[in-house]
Amino acid sequence: MSTGTTGTGVEISRAEVCIVAMAEVFRGDGEILANPIGLIPVLGGRLARATFEPLLCCTDGEARLIADDVTFPGPESPGGLTSGEGKTVEYWNPYRSMFDWVWSGRRHVVMGATQIDRYANQNFAAIGDYSQPKVQLLGYRGAPGNTLNCTTSYWVPKHGPRVFVEKVDTVTGVGWDRATALGLDGPARFFEVRQVVSNLGVFDFATPDHRMRLRSLHPGVTVDEVVAATAFELVVPDEVPESRLPTPDELELIREVLDPTNLRSTEVPG
Amino acid sequence: MSVGEKLLGEEDVVGELRSGMTIAIGGWGSRRKPMSIVRAILRSDLTDLTVLSHGGPDLGLLCAAGKVRKVIYAFATLDTIPLEPHFRRARESGAISDEPLDEGLVHLGLQAAAWRVPFLPTRVGLGSDLVRDNPSLRTVTSPFDDGEELLAMPAFRLDAALCHLNRSDARGNAMFLGPDLYWDDLMLQAAPTGGRFISTERVVPTGQLASEGCLHQLRISRMMVDGVVAAPNGAHFTACAPDYGRDEAFQKAYAASAASPEAWDAFRAEWLDLSEADYQGKVASS
Repeated sequence: MSTGTTGTGVEISRAEVCIVAMAEVFRGDGEILANPIGLIPVLGGRLARATFEPLLCCTDGEARLIADDVTFPGPESPGGLTSGEGKTVEYWNPYRSMFDWVWSGRRHVVMGATQIDRYANQNFAAIGDYSQPKVQLLGYRGAPGNTLNCTTSYWVPKHGPRVFVEKVDTVTGVGWDRATALGLDGPARFFEVRQVVSNLGVFDFATPDHRMRLRSLHPGVTVDEVVAATAFELVVPDEVPESRLPTPDELELIREVLDPTNLRSTEVPG
Repeated sequence: MSVGEKLLGEEDVVGELRSGMTIAIGGWGSRRKPMSIVRAILRSDLTDLTVLSHGGPDLGLLCAAGKVRKVIYAFATLDTIPLEPHFRRARESGAISDEPLDEGLVHLGLQAAAWRVPFLPTRVGLGSDLVRDNPSLRTVTSPFDDGEELLAMPAFRLDAALCHLNRSDARGNAMFLGPDLYWDDLMLQAAPTGGRFISTERVVPTGQLASEGCLHQLRISRMMVDGVVAAPNGAHFTACAPDYGRDEAFQKAYAASAASPEAWDAFRAEWLDLSEADYQGKVASS
């Protein structure tokens, strides 16, 4: 089942719309490290660089920045992900170097979120009381430092009321209300949570008090569907545009170069 | 041994450790972990440890074996299995306490300890619940005209550091040959003299080090190391690029043993209640 068609009648999948939406979050970023984490975000970052943001730097998920548009790596293996084989390496970027980019602001990260609230406070550390959680997840990882220092966007592959929650159990990634309280012209002056992309639509914070706003709907998705899948009150403009469809060139890049084995459909079906 | 040689065995390292110590473990996730030393700790009567780690199966095994009182961590993962199952179990059952951190704060806590300053200032952590969940964190006001309030990341107070490197000489000059050193050098610099131990895939003459890789990979100096354990395949079952990859089948069996106490007992009896030599022999023939 497709979620849209181009002017020439080519069927476009929901995953492909999500990849374009993910690419769009990097628009205007210039010569910085695009650091999308996860399949759809990585494909989006690579697509942005291959088209309208040619100066972006991209990692191979390990210790290298790579200059070419290789396909998304498969399972890690000796000589595979950990080797430079088949990649055009432009910089050695061990984990520790990441802080040079984050703390200087030369990075735009896309993280996941197990929970996210209306101000984009994000949680992927633990569900329940942090001191003895019901479910232990990854931990704080780099979320506090990312959000206070570099541009941050989020990717949610399954939009639902248990993800888009009224209140997150633990604030790992800082949201707009907390950043405002810290001082957007003071300690939080490098804060920018830009957009949230889900399998249903695109969301931003272009409201007076930085509450989450429905920015666009993916083709075939209704406002009611998004509202029902969101546990907090979303700002919904009178007119909500449709998310941009891939151009024929973008579609060819996605299908022939970036993801020829269609891994994208395993993350976002339809 | 000639002057400055520091070769010893895993059990000798354990003999230098005490219950209640704070120990940093090098590597990252399920990559280049000093597993042979971890296995020796599992066989010992050490207990009540505080473990600082970019957590992988080192952390999970020590938690599962009841060796851990507290964890200082930013994450725990097995890489190809996103969440560390034994660590999850320990956290969810309340068996351990923890000090959560951002990865960058781990970096700063190690650097502060290595440089012997009480803290390093940063913006990392402000506004997040780290300040709620980690009581060791404080804020500090810049003494300069900006007057900015920053987070003060305290220096870690380590008793020991354990790392696994690809090559070393007998005196502790060592190198990584894979893509990333991780935080191994800083962990060794942050730990006190007498508590800094490395294991290595291969001990080579000092004169051979430069030809084992490139100059820039020679990042561990003997000034950072008190003991060297020759441990071929010592990082098993974690990845040790380029010498070997992760033993994914073994890791799956390890992860599955978190399903129940019985499963853990069976895994422990089969793989952990035996000497390192017997373990390696069994791995080689399985």
